[in-house]
Amino acid sequence: MAEISIRNVTKTYGKTTIMQGVNLDIHNGEFVVILGPSGCGKSTLLRLIAGLEDITAGEVLIAGEVVNQLEPRERGCAMVFQNYALYPHMTVAENIGYALKVAGLPKVERQSRVEATAKSVGLTDFLDRKPGQLSGGQRQRVAMARAIIRSPKVFLFDEPLSNLDAQLRVQMRHEIRRIHNQIKATSVFVTHDQHEGMTLADRLVVMNKGTIEQVGSPAKIYDNPASIYVAGFIGSPAMNFLPGHISVALRGVVLESGRLVPLASQPNLPDGHLVHLGIRPEHATLVRAGAGTIDAQVDMIEELGASRLCNLLFEDIPICVLTEERPDLAAGATVGLDFPPQRIHLFDAVTGRRIPNDLALVFEKREQPISV
Amino acid sequence: MIERTPVLNFATHAILIFGLVIILVPIWLAFVAATQTLQAVNSAPVEFWPGDQLLVNLAEAWALSDFGPKFVNTLIVATGVVIGKITLACITAFALVFFNFRGRVLIFWMIFITLMLPLEVRIVPTYAVAANALTPFQTIMDWTGISWLIKAVSGVEVALEWNLLNSYTGLILPLVATATGTFLYRQFFLTIPDELVEAARMDGAGPLRFLWDILIPLSKTNIAALATIMFVYAWNQYLWPLLVVTDRANYGMVVVQLSDLVPDQLTTGGGTPTWHLAMAATLVVMLPPIAIVILMQRWFIRGLINTDK
Repeated sequence: MAEISIRNVTKTYGKTTIMQGVNLDIHNGEFVVILGPSGCGKSTLLRLIAGLEDITAGEVLIAGEVVNQLEPRERGCAMVFQNYALYPHMTVAENIGYALKVAGLPKVERQSRVEATAKSVGLTDFLDRKPGQLSGGQRQRVAMARAIIRSPKVFLFDEPLSNLDAQLRVQMRHEIRRIHNQIKATSVFVTHDQHEGMTLADRLVVMNKGTIEQVGSPAKIYDNPASIYVAGFIGSPAMNFLPGHISVALRGVVLESGRLVPLASQPNLPDGHLVHLGIRPEHATLVRAGAGTIDAQVDMIEELGASRLCNLLFEDIPICVLTEERPDLAAGATVGLDFPPQRIHLFDAVTGRRIPNDLALVFEKREQPISV
Repeated sequence: MIERTPVLNFATHAILIFGLVIILVPIWLAFVAATQTLQAVNSAPVEFWPGDQLLVNLAEAWALSDFGPKFVNTLIVATGVVIGKITLACITAFALVFFNFRGRVLIFWMIFITLMLPLEVRIVPTYAVAANALTPFQTIMDWTGISWLIKAVSGVEVALEWNLLNSYTGLILPLVATATGTFLYRQFFLTIPDELVEAARMDGAGPLRFLWDILIPLSKTNIAALATIMFVYAWNQYLWPLLVVTDRANYGMVVVQLSDLVPDQLTTGGGTPTWHLAMAATLVVMLPPIAIVILMQRWFIRGLINTDK
């Protein structure tokens, strides 16, 4: 059990900077998910914590101790790798017990701990098999058991579920969360899959191009994305963005086509300030043509069973709307779209940062939408 | 690309069978010659079917060449080469693949260059070193003036000497120092996924532990392949043993002994050439390499095509 503190960490390879001045505090017993697209430096951050990479500048502290100069084995971390990295010539039992063997534990104690750990992940019947004779899910369990058995201070997961099929992935996700709730070790989990991130995390860290974009609970990040990048990355299907500028007189955003989208509250910005208006597909509603905030043309409708994904075009800008209704719409038809003002996100067109609007305030000031 | 058509099947089989015949006919002729009497083996049309003198010829060839102790010598040298070679290849490739040190590329290319310098090419300098293995150090000390310094201070003349002629060490070492094995190992080590190395590091295994617990068990098939190749290579050595061993009674190797049985103007002195004995001895000398290849075949092939993972 330990807290991890990452202080102003920079990582460069030769002249390429992978990571620039990253700061992050992970509390004791917390499950933190680092989320980002491939190449954003999330795995590098994990490997810096593990000690598999050298830190160029800055400090990493585990349990209050600077570990920059410590070997991986001295840091008290255990790691689960993407491709499991099991030793192919060893049996499951030998794989699980290898760390204890290296640590010089007597055979009897080792055996009893291997058996106990194998039992906790449901591998008791497979102890004599070689990794080659196991399925993907079983190998994943061996990798987990190998990490658990050391009772580490910190668990590190490097995209451990990305090689499993969809069903198994959900199952292992639950299992990882269950194990975490049991042993309460500080966990850092790296993934590019936002569903994994949202469901597993106590706190989510969204990374982009070697920097941290936002840290917060999954719900907070979904409700209040700090930047246009986070807004587009979190949520599936992705948030729709419409460029426009602020009109103080009309209390809204004037889109490039001249349409006005009214806002719930007046953001503290000068007239004509360029912004991106964001609305999530699940928050826009389909209405009669002419009755909504804007009108759009139907491109195609995708049936998802419980809901439908309506791909629309507004002035050549694709807009996606998720609806539980079954609208009878043909391609090319015109349909109205209503943007509830309290669901609208605003981002600065230049910096990409969120323009704060206090949701509580917004609800009070909610007004009827106006069409121009 | 794999194609299966009757015509191609026939053609490939024909080529294979043709190759097999080319290889087997000389061996068959050697076997037939080894079963003939002196008269029969020298008669005009070459006999193609075996006679009844095999055991007699074998016994005579064995006694003539003093094969008993020579087989033991050759076995010692071949085993020494195999063990030395595998050890050297394994640790060299380990250093080259898994460690990032200054001059790694330079060292790699220096080892690579030795592939172009087989023992036969550098046999004179190698002999010079074998005659006194400390010559290079002596030269360095002379050049740097250390010898002079020691002489000036203590009055002792520095003359390092370590003679390797007529010794197993002298026979083995030059055959061990080649790059082939290092390359086989390097190629194999490069296929080990980085994650495996990192998993071992996370498990707390240091470099030697990793080498011993993970790399060596994983490279069992490579070891078998290399052992087979090196055993046959060492067993068949002729030029180096001929040069480095003058004390043939104690350190003679079988192939050199065998060459003595091959009749020429010098050995027969104009008498009837004893091909039947030479061929009988050939059969005997051939046996251990064949036995090793057959024994190791399964592992050997897996090691070379590298599919066992």
